[in-house]
Order: sequence, then structure tokens, then C-alpha cells
Amino acid sequence: MHNFDFVKPSTIADAAQALSHEGAQALSGGQTLIPTMKQRLAAPATLVSLTAIPEMQGVCLGDGGLHIGAATPHAVVAREAKAHYPALAALAGGIGDPAVRNRGTIGGSLANNDPAACYPSAVLASGATVVTNTRKIAADDYFQGLFSTALHDGEIITSIVFPIPEKAAYVKFDQPASRFALTGVFVAKYAGGVRVAVTGASQDGVFRWKDAEAALSADFSPAAIKGLAMESGTMIHDLHGTQAYRANLVKVLTGRAVAAALA
Amino acid sequence: MPKDGGIGASTKRREDVRFLTGKGRYTDDINIRGQLHAHFIRSQVAHGTIRKIDTRDAEAMPGVVKVFTSADFAGVGGIPTGWQVTSRDGSVMLEPKHPVLAEGKVRHVGDPIAVVVAETLDQARDAAEAVEIDIDELPAVMDMKAAVQGGPLVHDEIGSNLCYDWGFVEENRAAVDEAFKKAAHVTTLDLVNNRLIANPMEPRVAVGDYEDHSGQHTLYTTSQNPHVIRLLMGAFVLSIPEHKLRVVAPDVGGGFGSKIYHYAEEAFVTKAAQILKRPVKWTSSRSEAFISDAQGRDHQTRIQLALDADNNFMALRCETYANMGAYLSTFAPCIPTWLHGTLLAGNYKTPLVYTNVKAVFTNTVPVDAYRGAGRPEATFQLERVIDKAARELGVSPVELRRKNFIKPDQYPYQTPVAVVYDTGNYDATLDKLLELSDYAGFEARAAESKARGKLRGFGLAHYIEACGIAPSNLVGQLGARAGLYESATVRVNATGSITVFTGSHSHGQGHETTFAQVISDMIGIDASQVEIVHGDTSNTPMGMGTYGSRSLAVGGSAMVKATNKIINKAKKIAAHLMEASEADIELKDGKFTVAGTDKEKTWVDITLAAYVPHNYPLESIEPGLEETAFYDPSNFTYPAGAYGCELEVDPETGKVEILAFTAADDFGNVVNPMIVEGQVHGGLAQGIGQAMLEHCVFDENGQLLSGSFMDYAMPRADDVPFYSVDHSCATPCTHNPLGVKGCGEAGAIGSPPAVVNAVLDALHRGGFTNVTHIDMPVSPSRVWQAMHG
Repeated sequence: MHNFDFVKPSTIADAAQALSHEGAQALSGGQTLIPTMKQRLAAPATLVSLTAIPEMQGVCLGDGGLHIGAATPHAVVAREAKAHYPALAALAGGIGDPAVRNRGTIGGSLANNDPAACYPSAVLASGATVVTNTRKIAADDYFQGLFSTALHDGEIITSIVFPIPEKAAYVKFDQPASRFALTGVFVAKYAGGVRVAVTGASQDGVFRWKDAEAALSADFSPAAIKGLAMESGTMIHDLHGTQAYRANLVKVLTGRAVAAALA
Repeated sequence: MPKDGGIGASTKRREDVRFLTGKGRYTDDINIRGQLHAHFIRSQVAHGTIRKIDTRDAEAMPGVVKVFTSADFAGVGGIPTGWQVTSRDGSVMLEPKHPVLAEGKVRHVGDPIAVVVAETLDQARDAAEAVEIDIDELPAVMDMKAAVQGGPLVHDEIGSNLCYDWGFVEENRAAVDEAFKKAAHVTTLDLVNNRLIANPMEPRVAVGDYEDHSGQHTLYTTSQNPHVIRLLMGAFVLSIPEHKLRVVAPDVGGGFGSKIYHYAEEAFVTKAAQILKRPVKWTSSRSEAFISDAQGRDHQTRIQLALDADNNFMALRCETYANMGAYLSTFAPCIPTWLHGTLLAGNYKTPLVYTNVKAVFTNTVPVDAYRGAGRPEATFQLERVIDKAARELGVSPVELRRKNFIKPDQYPYQTPVAVVYDTGNYDATLDKLLELSDYAGFEARAAESKARGKLRGFGLAHYIEACGIAPSNLVGQLGARAGLYESATVRVNATGSITVFTGSHSHGQGHETTFAQVISDMIGIDASQVEIVHGDTSNTPMGMGTYGSRSLAVGGSAMVKATNKIINKAKKIAAHLMEASEADIELKDGKFTVAGTDKEKTWVDITLAAYVPHNYPLESIEPGLEETAFYDPSNFTYPAGAYGCELEVDPETGKVEILAFTAADDFGNVVNPMIVEGQVHGGLAQGIGQAMLEHCVFDENGQLLSGSFMDYAMPRADDVPFYSVDHSCATPCTHNPLGVKGCGEAGAIGSPPAVVNAVLDALHRGGFTNVTHIDMPVSPSRVWQAMHG
């Protein structure tokens, strides 16, 4: 690891100020950034920690649904969201291992937008709002491909607002080595319809399976998607699965998520 | 009932007290005053010509003492190979130089090019980024068959990528071909034995130290065999005589084969310490281990089994391409040959066997022995082709095996592949397996799974292993450049306690406990009175170390031999003290008695007399009580066993869940059943890891795709089931004093075919009858592809 400066502001304004300097890099739980720095693949001049800002912490009900501070660790979400949004809490409780869950944060995960991360599927399937220090971004506008988001340089996610669905479930199929999602499907049923978001599978990162959404909005049952086919052309092919395999997983896991949501 | 702490007792491991309380002393815990830190700059391309290495900027950086390149090792030998294989045409294998640091060319990702030595590791790493290296990348040769059909040369100077072309038994080749012509049925199977990365928990570490005034070198290293390193590095690489080179392998956190070999980093720190006159330390990162530790397996094989009309095995024919990687690691040449071809008779009375092995250089990390070493490859192909034959013939895989087993009354059994099995009872282990796994109840369980939409399968594999490779005069004829004896010095102290100096090395096997149990049992003193010392060439006799499940069978036998010398001498002293005939002296429970009398001397009476020889037959025996023995076995030992895997396949995702795994092993006599069970558990986890998860994959340019634990799947606790392990079907080894056979590798040898056979069984039961094989690892994706692809 190269040497770097470290600051830990206690307000969002101070954090934004610190991040405006050349070579500054936001640090939340550090579960991706720190290993990358240890391997000398990243060498920021200054790390700006976002974990000491009170309004970026915690889980509470508020306008528009469940508000989660961006620097809230997964383990806290798993514990505190359980009564309000059990599918989201279960997703958080299934990320990584206890060390990752106690350090890694929801905002860090969303800012990184790893194509195999779990959280993006929940945000997209819930039609959540990503709140930053300057604006509110709809989930449908936020995710823009592998490791790519609508965030500007220096922009800080401060919280995420999740509308609470009638029913929801997340089913993840583990990549055998990393246990990230080889494919993960989040299904959320709202009064206005069903949203299905898929992570881990596509070369373009998390995406909505709109054919399944239409079918499930009409009939929220595993049988409703039986006749659908997931196009495999945009799926990821790697050591752990072919495109056809991932396309199959999307369909199988969607059915299982619907069944789990109904259980 | 075994004596408390003696042979047969499940004594808790004494070494675990220090391991579990953080008091273990590993090589990385060794820090010597004034020590410098080495950082290796490794090739990022698989194949290329080094045009320029400019170290000037780096050497000017803070804390940097020196940047080494191959120019600094000009007078130094290459890393030697410990085994020479002879090809079918009588020519010896091609043996290209393996320099300590790359000379002129790099040949695999990870090949060391230069080393920065600095006051701190961070300074060394910072400076490494300033070393300018200019490499012209060359096309990499990755595929073994392409490599021997005119692919780019890994080593230009040898003119070929074919290291050797070995036939065994070459004289049987025509007879085998003839048998295939006459066969009623021939089963053919093409398969891959997947390349593995050993991944011991402790990465490799080496610390070199040099004493200028005496010319004494010391190397602390993570080794399974410090004397072998002393010999190879001292004699062949650095020209340091043994009395000036001490090699210490302290606590070592697992090896699995990967810490047998002499590595460039060991020679580097030893030489650099001499040049710089300061200690030099190198600790591998995990990422570095992935591209610098010798890897395992990597065979491509076509195996064929010929059967007669009564389903008797007539002949077996095997054609294997074995990947050597870019350089020959220490024992690489013998793994696909003498540790593979000699095991192809398996547990069966197949009268004719022929193996052809082509060893191939590619632009990949070197490959060498990994837990089982050749024997897992032999067992996998044999047990897979038998299962495939049973399916083709419509007969039970259990009965096809049983019909062809060597029977208990046939020992000693001369196989057609040179080795002679001394004992065994394969029907017994098979019966035990079927009983413990409730094979009779399988169909009901399969029906229950089917009702839940899952496909249940049962897979069987029988294995035989050859452990304690020996005798030395034979292995010398086969090309070994080393002896394969083991040594022990048993030092009885004046007040009766015992210190044993063994040439075996313990890095997880529990020798400090089990070896003490043996001595305790032989003399009748408490095991706490026995200390086992290993791992330091300055105080242990020349030994060959620990691998190939040899330690108790070979090292334990040396210790027994030395202890018998001690007992014989002690009896002479006892006879003198009790004025009796030596022939009448008996040793039992730590007491010497004279047969037919009530005369008695304790063990301590005798040991004291030996060191305070006031009343002592000085004219006929020397004072003191210390003996050394070397034991060179007359034959291998042959553990064998039956393994059963029961699993479910999810037909929608291809995910395999192992529900039960049963192992019925014949290890001969067992010294510590708990430790044996632990060894089997560990072996099974590694075998299941190979079968289901682990896979070392390079892309076509030689880049390692599975370069971290993010992509290389090691088995976790929840990937493996609770095991049912039995070793009651024991047929003791007939030619070593303890009647022991070895248990360290069995689990890793027998389990992969059991898992794959079970997956195939599940698929067939689910109607996927056109699936005849799935290569390991049987990942969800591969299983699904086999069903639906």
C-alpha cells in the first residue's frame, strides 16, 4: 500500500469539501477499496472517511419508505430493517462474511456498483431513490453499467429511500469461490406492479427483467414466468458459468424468488 | 484396550496447545537483528524475451540496499531436479536449466526477474515500481497437445516441449494391444485431471542468514524436508558444503506437497545474505503463492478398459499428457510416471496394463506432487472407466469391481505394473462401506429425493495407494537422485526421559504426539517423558522428510529400529546390574525383570547407570544410551479403501449437494485413531475440493484467471458433509515393524472419483442417460451444461 492522508469529517459539507481536492477518494467500509490499495492497484492521495457523519448512519421509516443512511453497515441493515423490509434485511445478512457485513456499507456498495454485488438488485427492484449531497437519483437512472453510476466526481451518497413492497424476496446463487452473486434476483411486488431486478448475470450490470415484471404483475406466481425465455446474448461468460447458464439461472431464481415472496 | 498414551490411543495432539494458543513459531515469526526484506519482481507475461532491466532509479530510492538480477547469480547453478525419467526410446528426459532469476527469457506469469532488497518491505515494494523492465512478449504455449506439435518453444535450447515420452510396462505394449483386439467389450473415456493450487494456510517464507567470520549459512524455510533442501541447494545451486549450511524448518502451516521442493526464493535469500552480510527475509503474499508455488495434477488422459465376455478385466491402456509447467520442479518428472503408472492395476487383477505418459513443457507455473501425487490421477481414471464400463454393460458397479478384485488369498500379489502388494482385503472394505453407507436403503432415499424434485446419486470408488516409496536401490534404478530411507536418533537422558531426533517433519500430521506414543508403548514410560524434535539439520540426522504418507511407515520404523537398539543395550546393563543372563531380561511397563525371579530394576535405574557408570560393564559396552538408525523399507506400503458419496443434484441449477460421504480404509495398524480420522477428513475435504470446486485456469495468453480466492474456490466447512470414517478392516503391513501403511493422502485419492461417479449416477437416474462424463470440478455450470447444454 502506498502512503496516503486520511481525514474523517463529521459533516457532509466537510466531506464534500475534502473530496473536492485532487487525488481525494471517498472511503466508506473499504471492503473493496482497501484490498485494491493493498495490491497497489489504487493509490489515492487522501482518503475521506464517510463513517463519522451522524446523518449517514442508521435505518428508519420516513417519507417515501425506509431510509437507510449510506454509511450504515450491512449487519446493521440486516438487524434494523428486518421489521420493515424483511427481504432487504435478508439480502444484507447474506452479503460476504461477518467481517464484511460489519465494515461494508450500503452506500459503498452502490457507489462501487460491482456487477455481482447484492444491493443494486434491491435498489433497482424497489424503485428506490439514491439521495446524494446534491440531488435525488431514481434507481432506474442511477445504475449505468459495470462499476459505473450516475454519480459525479466528489458526489456523496447520503442515504437510500426504499418504498416498502407488499411482498418481496431476494434469491442469490453463489459464485462458488467469492460467494458473490453468480446471479441474484430481487422480486418486489407493489400495488402498482411487480419489479424484478437481476444482479451478477449481465455484462451491463444490474438490470430489470421487464418481461417477467409484466407477467408477474398480471399473475404473481412462479407459473407466470414459465413460458418466458431470458435472452442470453448479454449475459456474462466466465470461469463460473456460461451465458446460457446464467440466463437459465435468471429464470430459475426469479421463480424461486416469487415462491419465497409468497411463502 | 490401548494403553493410555500408547499405540492405539486417541491421545490429544500435544502440539495443538501451542498452535491453538498462538505460540507456534513459524518462519515468518523469525526476525533477525539487522534483517533486510526482499521483494520479488515477477513476470506479468507468460512468455517473453527480456530486452532490458534498468535498476538504477530503484537503487537510488530510500532504504534500497541492492536490486538483484540474474547477473548477480552468474556463478550459481540452476534449481536441480530430483528425478530423471527415461523415455521409451531409451533417451533421458530433457532437463532445461531453471535459473534462480530469469536469464534472457521469462517462461510463466510469476517467473522471478529481479529482487529488490531494502530496509523495509514497503521500501522494497516502492522501489520495485521504479525498476524498468523491457520484455518482448512471445506467443505462449498453453495447450499440451499443441505444445508437442510444433508450438512455440518454452526452452529454445532443448529444441522441444516434450520432456519425455514414457512407456510402462513397455514390454507389455503389444500384448495389451492384442488383448484389446480380443476383448468382448472396450470402454473408452477421455478425461482431464484438473490443475490445482495447493494453498496451504501458511504461505512460503524464507530467511537467509550468514556469519561472515565462520562462513556459516542458515536458511529458515517453510519446508517439509529441510535435509533435502540442504542437499539440493548446498550441493547443486550455491556450492555450500553441508557443515556450513544449516536449514531450519520450524513450525510449518501445511504443505500438501507444495513445500517439498527447493525453490528459487530459498537460494536467493541464502546467497543474498552472504553478499550483503545481513539477514534477508522473503514472505510470500497469497497472490504470489498462486503464481510461484508448484501446482498439482493437470493431466489429459484417454483411458481404455478391455473386458472379456464374463466381464473380467483383460487389459488397461492409458495415454496421458502431463503438464510440467515451464520448469521441472524438484520431483515433477516422477509424479506422472512412477507414482502414477505403477498404481494402474488398482485393486484389480487386470493382467495387462500399459501406460504412455508424455510430459510437456508449457508457459505455466511448474507442476509437482500435490497430496496423493500421481495416485489420485491413476485412481480417478481407473474408477471412472470402471463405472462407465458397468453402465455400458448394464451391470452393477459394485459387483463389477468385486468380481475383479484381487482376493485376500492372493497376497503377496505381483501386479503387472512392477509393484507387489503385501496385504489387503478389498472385499472387506467394500462390504464395510456398503454397510456404513446403508447402500441397501439408497433406492428409498432416491425416491424421496425425486419426490422433492432432486436427483439423488450414489458413487463408489475403491483406491489403492503406494506409500513410503522405496527401497532406495530400486528408486535409484528408476531415476531417483536421492535415497528414500528415514532416520532417527533416540537419546535417552540420564534420568530416563527421551529426546527423539527424527528426519521426518511434522507440518500438521501430529508426529510430536504419535511418535511419542510409539516410544511410550515400546518402553513402558509415560508419553510425557518423550520429546520429538524435528525440522533442524543441525540437530537431526540426515532424513528425507515428510510426503507421500511416509512418516510413520518409514520415519516411525527408523525410530523403532533405534529404540530397539536402546532396549538391547539397556537389557545388557540390566543383566549386569542384576547379575543375570541377558537372555533372561524382560522389559515391561518400564521395568526390567529377570525371568523366573523377583529381581527388578526400573527404567531409570538403567538409564542412570548408563550415564553414571560406576557399576557398569565398561569393558564390553560403552556408557551412555543414545542410538541412531536409518530405515530403508523393502517395499512400499499399500493402504486401500472403499469410498462412497451420496449426493443430490438440483436439475434446475446443476448444483450438487453432498449429503453423505463414507470412507472405509485399510491403513494397517493405527497408532492414534483420532489423528488418523483427522487426516482422512482433511484428505476428503481436499478431494471433494478437487472434484467440485478447485480449478486453476489460465487464459490462452498464460494469464492466471483463477488468480485469487475470488475465483479459485477452496472448500469451506459448509461445502463438505459430516463424514463417516472407518478403519477397522485392517490388514497390517507385513514388512515394517509397526505394521502401519500411511493415511495422509487416502482421502484426497479416493474421493474425487466417488463424487463424480455419484453425479453421473444421479444424472442417469434423472433420465440424462447420454451424459457419460463431466470433467472436474463438477461445478453447477458444468453439471447444468451436461444436462441441458
